Amino acid sequence: MGRRIDSDHSRFREIVRGRIKQDLKKYVSSGEMIGKQGDKYVSIPIPQIQLPKFRFGKNPKGGVGQGEGEPGKPVDGEGEGQGQAGEDEGQHVIEVDVSLEELATILGEELELPRIEPKGKKNITSMGGSWKGIRSIGPQSLRHFRRTYKQALKRQIAAGLYDPENPVIIPVREDQRYKSRKEEMIPQANAVILYMMDVSGSMGREQKEMVRIEAFWIDTWLRSQYKNIEVQYIVHDAVAHLVDQHTFFHLRESGGTKISSAFELCLRLMRDKYNPLEWNVYPFHFSDGDNWSSRDTEYCIDLLKNAILPGCNQFCYGQVKSAYGSGQFKKDLDQAFPNDERIVTSDILDRDGILPSIKEFLGKGL
Amino acid sequence: MGNLTPELARYAEEIRDLAASYGLDFYETIFELVDWDELNMVAAYGGFPKRYPHWRFGMEFEQLQKSYTYGLSKIYELVINNDPCYAYLMRSNSMTDQKLVMAHVYGHCDFFKNNAWFAHTNRKMMDAMANHGARVRRYMDQFGVDVVEDFIDCVLSLDNLIDIHSPYIQRPEPQAKMEETLEPPRLKAKGYMDRYINPPEVLAEEAKQRREELAKKQRFPSEPAKDVLLFLLHNAPLERWQQDVLAMLREEAYYFAPQAMTKIMNEGWAVYWHSTMMCKDLVEPAEVIDYCDHHSGTLATSPGQINPYKIGVELFRDIEDRWNRGKFGLEFQRIESGEERRRYDKNLGLGKEKIFQVRKVYNDVTFIDEYLGAEFAEDQKLFVYGFNQQTRQYEIVDRDYRKVKEQLLWSLTNFGQPRISVVDANFRNRGELYLYHDWNGVDLQFQMARETLVNLQKLWGRPVHIETKEEGEGKLLSFDGTEFTAIDLAPAEEPPEIVGQDTKQETERSKLP
Repeated sequence: MGRRIDSDHSRFREIVRGRIKQDLKKYVSSGEMIGKQGDKYVSIPIPQIQLPKFRFGKNPKGGVGQGEGEPGKPVDGEGEGQGQAGEDEGQHVIEVDVSLEELATILGEELELPRIEPKGKKNITSMGGSWKGIRSIGPQSLRHFRRTYKQALKRQIAAGLYDPENPVIIPVREDQRYKSRKEEMIPQANAVILYMMDVSGSMGREQKEMVRIEAFWIDTWLRSQYKNIEVQYIVHDAVAHLVDQHTFFHLRESGGTKISSAFELCLRLMRDKYNPLEWNVYPFHFSDGDNWSSRDTEYCIDLLKNAILPGCNQFCYGQVKSAYGSGQFKKDLDQAFPNDERIVTSDILDRDGILPSIKEFLGKGL
Repeated sequence: MGNLTPELARYAEEIRDLAASYGLDFYETIFELVDWDELNMVAAYGGFPKRYPHWRFGMEFEQLQKSYTYGLSKIYELVINNDPCYAYLMRSNSMTDQKLVMAHVYGHCDFFKNNAWFAHTNRKMMDAMANHGARVRRYMDQFGVDVVEDFIDCVLSLDNLIDIHSPYIQRPEPQAKMEETLEPPRLKAKGYMDRYINPPEVLAEEAKQRREELAKKQRFPSEPAKDVLLFLLHNAPLERWQQDVLAMLREEAYYFAPQAMTKIMNEGWAVYWHSTMMCKDLVEPAEVIDYCDHHSGTLATSPGQINPYKIGVELFRDIEDRWNRGKFGLEFQRIESGEERRRYDKNLGLGKEKIFQVRKVYNDVTFIDEYLGAEFAEDQKLFVYGFNQQTRQYEIVDRDYRKVKEQLLWSLTNFGQPRISVVDANFRNRGELYLYHDWNGVDLQFQMARETLVNLQKLWGRPVHIETKEEGEGKLLSFDGTEFTAIDLAPAEEPPEIVGQDTKQETERSKLP
């Protein structure tokens, strides 16, 4: 059973995020607080909600302090030494640092894997529900007879109304117990994410950085939302390689660009490992849109149309803006698949464009 | 005795007997051994593991968790004013700390039980809080979480508007007045004597008084109501469940108020006893450094604010010393030479008796007022600081103990909250609520006052007003449900009445040297 504090805490988090009780949102203020991690000082952002009260504003009178010094000596706020916390309710200042997991949850409230279908048996879990809870309020049709009876029995014994000779139990309204629905996770579908990144020479440092940030967030979010998801990383210039996560996020490379090489590798993976009948497949491809030749682009479109798209749930193409790239590939894709729901393309102009782009890929209702 | 390990249980028993042998008098005290996150959880709920659900507790919890995780702060002890007293010990603390905390806790328990300001607190608050929780949960099931929570938010935004003295005031039942007539009674007199027996000027005076009396009666409330929550409970158009919730939150506010009113004394008293017991009886040679480290951390002073632990314990020790040497009374006060004052000693040995008496009858305001003197302020290096407009920083202003005292008392009066009361519930004869802020030099935070008015209006239903001052100029802030207005008040339009006799005295007193 969850602790009481956890529900209060998640409610607070939701208010801070502006998900519920929007009228409280205006009392949320942010500040920061300096903590220490190892040798480094870190700033912890602090949203806090202060309910309005009639209270004193800035006190021009100052206050009382303790220590050395002549009149005129400046007083700085904090002193050394740790205080001991008191037992009473005081005023607290809140500091919050948003962990990666939390951020992913925040994203998760706005995103979902699009067009996911129940496939396979084991891997992905999603929310389901069952009638396991008990509440004191509910419709008669959900009345839990045994619990109601027990409650009435307890009350009558406590009140001294129970007579073992004549055990008549009459429930009153407070005794009524009803079944209620509890949400729980049930396994539903398998999914695999295939990241492909163009690491060719035309992708500058900044471009790769943007792709990595975007892929990182998508990755973090997916892992927080869907347990047991499988992820594969592909990097390509003129040839494609299957790499591990660390390499994907740290690799520096240069060379020409042949997008089809990545698509071929992706396809091979789908054939060998991730049979579309068993798996929900989500390929993501990131590039600056500069392909080696238009012939290769045609070949890519052909691959997509005839092999990849039929086998995957959604194909996502993110194009980062580059000083050297032409950005042609996205135009070609958009032309080739004008109204195809299975393919989503997105422009990432700068770092601020990352979140909108993630939303384009995974936004609800797409 | 809770879930203590055998070793801790042995110490708990030993310390209990020790505390009793020093004359401390407490309810049975139950120690619970908890992990850090459990302790943070209980602390977030203000010490009560079962309270009504509210996001505010989640906020407190998060703060405590984060600052513990980052090593910024840590709760050592948590003790609940209840019969039996509950106290929580953190499992990971060293044995030295545990002993110190237990000794400290017995100091608090004694204070809770014996201090007059706690006399009216509910000693079964543990149960009461759990009941409040169950009731609020039931309302949430019935009316919806958001509806109930919004209402709670509204009430919480007003929960400092209570009259901390009201539990101690027993007002006589209003007596049946003479018949309601404006005509003053006349004595029977023969016509030619009437002018002398019923002099017209006296009659006129009498008639005027009666008119005023009647006008006062027609005003509602007839006396300013300082307990704004109670006033709303009785007079605001609330539903049954809302009344119930309001009454519960008000009860909780009154329960916590004495702790805010006696912070300095309560902590000082507990520190006094933990240091006495630890130094005289409990510390093993190997623990001395740990104990000193912890103890000095507790008493650390900083220039920006006073440490209640430090001031409290020093003042108790000062009182003990003064009464031991007989440094009180007229004879001592007449001595002017500082040197002579310092050396004065009549060997009376009344110190212990005196501090036990002090812990019984004083609260922070009266404690500071009565016992903080010139020598103490000097020894403790107390000063008043203020904001210097030129250098744009806070600077030491004065070390005169009278200034120090005035400033300190000011911040403690009415547990640091502005004094606000309901003066008219039928303002403009339109059922509008008129609050009066007894301004004493510091302005309200206006943006916040505005938002508070909005919440007040939600409860009251009709337009609400608060009269206050901004930099000495009268201001009337109003909210009518849709629009917010702020009018400057001409000095002539003073409020109907000045507020709160009892609190008035408190400020008067604080101005005396």
